[in-house]
Amino acid sequence: MAEIVIKGVAKSFGAFTALHSVDLTIADQEFMVLLGASGCGKTTLLRIIAGLETPSQGEVWIGGRRVDHLPPRARGIAMVFQNYAVFPHLTVFENIAFGLRMAKLPQADVTRRVMRTAELMHIEQLLKRYSGELSGGQRQRVAVARALAMEPDVILMDEPLSNLDALLRLEMRAELKGVLAESKTTTIYVTHDQVEAMSLADRISVMNGGYIVQADRPTEVYRNPAARFVGSFIGNPPMNFLPARKGNNGRWHVAGQDFDGPKAQAAEFAIRPEDLHPAPIGLRAEVRVVEPLGPHTLVTAQVAGQPFRAILESDNQIKPGEEITLAPIPDRIRWFDPETHKAIT
Amino acid sequence: MSDLTPPAAPLQEARYAGRFLFWAGIGLLVLWVLVPIWFLFINALSAPSEVTSFPKRFWPSFDMASLQFFWNFQGVTNALWNSVKVAVLTMILSIGMGAPAGYALSRFDFPGKEFFRVLVIMTRAFPLPLLALPLAVMFIRTGLDDTILGLALVHAMLALPFAVLITYSLFSGIPVELEEAAWTLGCTRLQAFIKVVLPLALPGIMASAVFAFVISWNEVFAAAVLTIENRTLTAFLLQSLNVSPLPLKFAGGAALVMPALIFIFAVRKYLFAMWGIANR
Repeated sequence: MAEIVIKGVAKSFGAFTALHSVDLTIADQEFMVLLGASGCGKTTLLRIIAGLETPSQGEVWIGGRRVDHLPPRARGIAMVFQNYAVFPHLTVFENIAFGLRMAKLPQADVTRRVMRTAELMHIEQLLKRYSGELSGGQRQRVAVARALAMEPDVILMDEPLSNLDALLRLEMRAELKGVLAESKTTTIYVTHDQVEAMSLADRISVMNGGYIVQADRPTEVYRNPAARFVGSFIGNPPMNFLPARKGNNGRWHVAGQDFDGPKAQAAEFAIRPEDLHPAPIGLRAEVRVVEPLGPHTLVTAQVAGQPFRAILESDNQIKPGEEITLAPIPDRIRWFDPETHKAIT
Repeated sequence: MSDLTPPAAPLQEARYAGRFLFWAGIGLLVLWVLVPIWFLFINALSAPSEVTSFPKRFWPSFDMASLQFFWNFQGVTNALWNSVKVAVLTMILSIGMGAPAGYALSRFDFPGKEFFRVLVIMTRAFPLPLLALPLAVMFIRTGLDDTILGLALVHAMLALPFAVLITYSLFSGIPVELEEAAWTLGCTRLQAFIKVVLPLALPGIMASAVFAFVISWNEVFAAAVLTIENRTLTAFLLQSLNVSPLPLKFAGGAALVMPALIFIFAVRKYLFAMWGIANR
């Protein structure tokens, strides 16, 4: 059982505040992804949980035990680093056995656990090699095996796939998900790759500027962004935003169209590109670029002077320079407060 | 095309001249280093009668008489042994103090870090002759004068900047994540250092130790000023310079240069690392 509770954790480096009072609870065996652009504080948060960084204030609890004053070795965690950190002077076997030997396990147990995790990560045939004789993907496997062999309560991963090439990344992603689900550990996984986050996570914590903006299930984060930032960060292409003006009839004017909306004083209209379709009545869009992508076509247009993207069926005949009308799916329209940038529901 | 040809010829000439200067410069530098060494060895390895003769032969006659004479000269073995003792002690002292400093410089941020780095090098800018008299007085007062330890302390001070800089660059070359990984796998800071950093840094630390050895081995001024009975080889040779015959000087010179050359050659890669040139 290893629930992780983070209470009011903040971190500043001199005048720079990397984290502003973060609160987060991660359930036992949950796969939590910390997602954000570089410099958003996600790695700092992970390193604070690991004990590699001391928080300026706040508490970290792992499995009902307060750990923020403990060194990394006493926290029951294992970590996978972005550059793998495979010890170059040790064989793969000794790398995986390193933590077990530190824990003074009997030799028979060490061998058994190393063999089992090596098998799990498909590196049994590499056990006698040194890090210098391994490819990036193999090193990655060694790093994960080394962490798994510890049978930790919590595995922390700092962008573990970002140094792999695209094809390998895809393969490792699926494999990691399977292996970690089976190991029944609580996982915190840091990435800037939204696809990785969506595909792996039980829950995603979207971070921006040292704050957690939203922590929710992937579909929820995607469908109902809690803030404008989440909508603009997640999704490729991201959400479209248009200014809205409140009309006398209580409806909202958006680019010459009227929509039902919230009862707020001011709001911004938002719609995902795939939630649009060509229709006789809708937002008038001036087509700039048409990119056929196979399964669908990405259309970049201008609506009311704003850049606007739509993902449409690939069998359409739209050409650049044309004017089309795009109708949004009504229940997919989202509204944001133009002042606070928070979602209005 | 044709109107492009005339300026091409001077360009070619300039390039030729440039290349000539380049190789001439390299040639000069190489000769600058090699000719004295060649002289030293040819005279040390020739019969005493050949030392004063001219022209020189390119290959020495491999007559061991000069070296034998040197070896049997009164006080030489003793001085040689002193040199070894001082150099080994220098090595231990400068690594013992320099490696922790290098580690701290590479791993920790502390106020005055840059200033400290400059200060370390500045110790080399301080002229030893200026320091010699007060140092001698202080050593006599504390009883360190004419001891192996006293001289080794001075040599350690000379070697320390290099020890600090070389180990600093060594430790900086070892990713901090390796240490952090060791901490998460159950190591204390010290255990992580011993199990991960040390094995990786050891060859470089040895190299920097060898360099400290060579600095002490070749140092003559402090050795001459601070020792009387327990002279090192350099001080001994300096002292007996005007009373010893020429073959002895050459043999002594060769005996001094030889270990230094071999050692420096063996660790050259790490000495480049000190200046931030990537080692291959």
